[in-house]
Amino acid sequence: MRVILYLVAAPVVGCLLSGWDRRITARMQGRRGPPILQPLYDVQKLWQKESMVVRRYQNLYILFFLLLVIFTGALFFAGSDLLLVIFALTLAAVFFVLGAYKASSPYSFIGAERELIQIMAYEPMILLTAIGMYIATRSFSVDAIAGHPTLLVLVLPGVFVGFLYTLEIKFRKSPFDLSSSHHAHQELVRGITTEFSGRTLAMIEIAHWYETVFLLGWVYLFFASSPLLGVLVSLLVFVFVILVDNVFARLKWQTAIRSAWLVTAVLGFGNILILSLMH
Amino acid sequence: MSGLSKSPWILHYDASSCNGCDIEVLACLTPVFDVERLGVVNTGNPKHADIFLVTGAVNEQSRNVILNLYNQMPEPKVVVAVGVCAATGGIFRECYNISGGVDSIIPVDVYVPGCAARPEAIIDGVVQALGVLERKHTDMAATIPNQTRSAS
Repeated sequence: MRVILYLVAAPVVGCLLSGWDRRITARMQGRRGPPILQPLYDVQKLWQKESMVVRRYQNLYILFFLLLVIFTGALFFAGSDLLLVIFALTLAAVFFVLGAYKASSPYSFIGAERELIQIMAYEPMILLTAIGMYIATRSFSVDAIAGHPTLLVLVLPGVFVGFLYTLEIKFRKSPFDLSSSHHAHQELVRGITTEFSGRTLAMIEIAHWYETVFLLGWVYLFFASSPLLGVLVSLLVFVFVILVDNVFARLKWQTAIRSAWLVTAVLGFGNILILSLMH
Repeated sequence: MSGLSKSPWILHYDASSCNGCDIEVLACLTPVFDVERLGVVNTGNPKHADIFLVTGAVNEQSRNVILNLYNQMPEPKVVVAVGVCAATGGIFRECYNISGGVDSIIPVDVYVPGCAARPEAIIDGVVQALGVLERKHTDMAATIPNQTRSAS
């Protein structure tokens, strides 16, 4: 039941959030911005464009990427094992990278390499988040974590901040828009998505909608004992991500990975260490 | 209404322009004109673009680049020649290295006059291009089924 609700509602919510993102970004820059439904119009248009490939099977990888992203979210919202969710998420990301590698153009190639670096940067913190939640609630099951009576963010403040840091990387927002930027005219053209057009690009867009909802769902998990607060904080986090996107310039990949691991080690690991000493 | 006209993604190329028209093209994206409210995105990528904005006349160096970019854009696509140089070659028309306007090598759908073209004129040109885009889409849907094209 929840899974069906997720499958239907997530793209709608993700689309609206994405439109809202562009709107808020425009307002922050003193512009009016596109209509809220603009991402839907974009996907609608892309769906009608001619399909164009460099290698015939490059689009197949993106199909798997989309399916796995949907699968990841479905596992999460079905209340399944958090570790399984993480592995499904990683597998989805790997398919995306493989697709970009397959379309052997220098831009998508470097985009794919940078995406791998980004995966390396966020993966440890995401694992530590799951471990932190396990230590706090004694369970990896999303259902059990969501049903836990304490407000998890009070026990895991460091992990929460660390998770926010990785969220910036996962959303590919500045200062971590190394592999593919939302804004035009970068040195990598559009990085990892350069060689995808038409329906395949639309699939990548839709995958991002699902991914956004899933990741904000995870933010909610930190506040699950108080649902209203959880939804509110999830939305605030989304606005915060947009704000950071507009305020910061892009980092070099060395700084990106170093800072991400530093945050992971100090905030994530530190938090978990203190927690396990207290228990 | 196929939705195509609500999301025009633009590829902007400077063939041999003096940069006057290019600055005006970029001025369209600033808060004063803000074409993003019409859904316009300035992509740097031909494979994501619907509208090809070319400024400046065609010379020997830009000729192959224009052909390449044009061929890499997925159908349906529209070409807009911005400024008098892109339309006819302008004051450079008789130069030894200039082969003329953009229409001397690829089909142009909309001509935007001016030297430099005003941002208002460019936006008007893009809006007219959207009509052409819709028409091309209906023609395309009527003739060939959607199939995958290989291009490098």
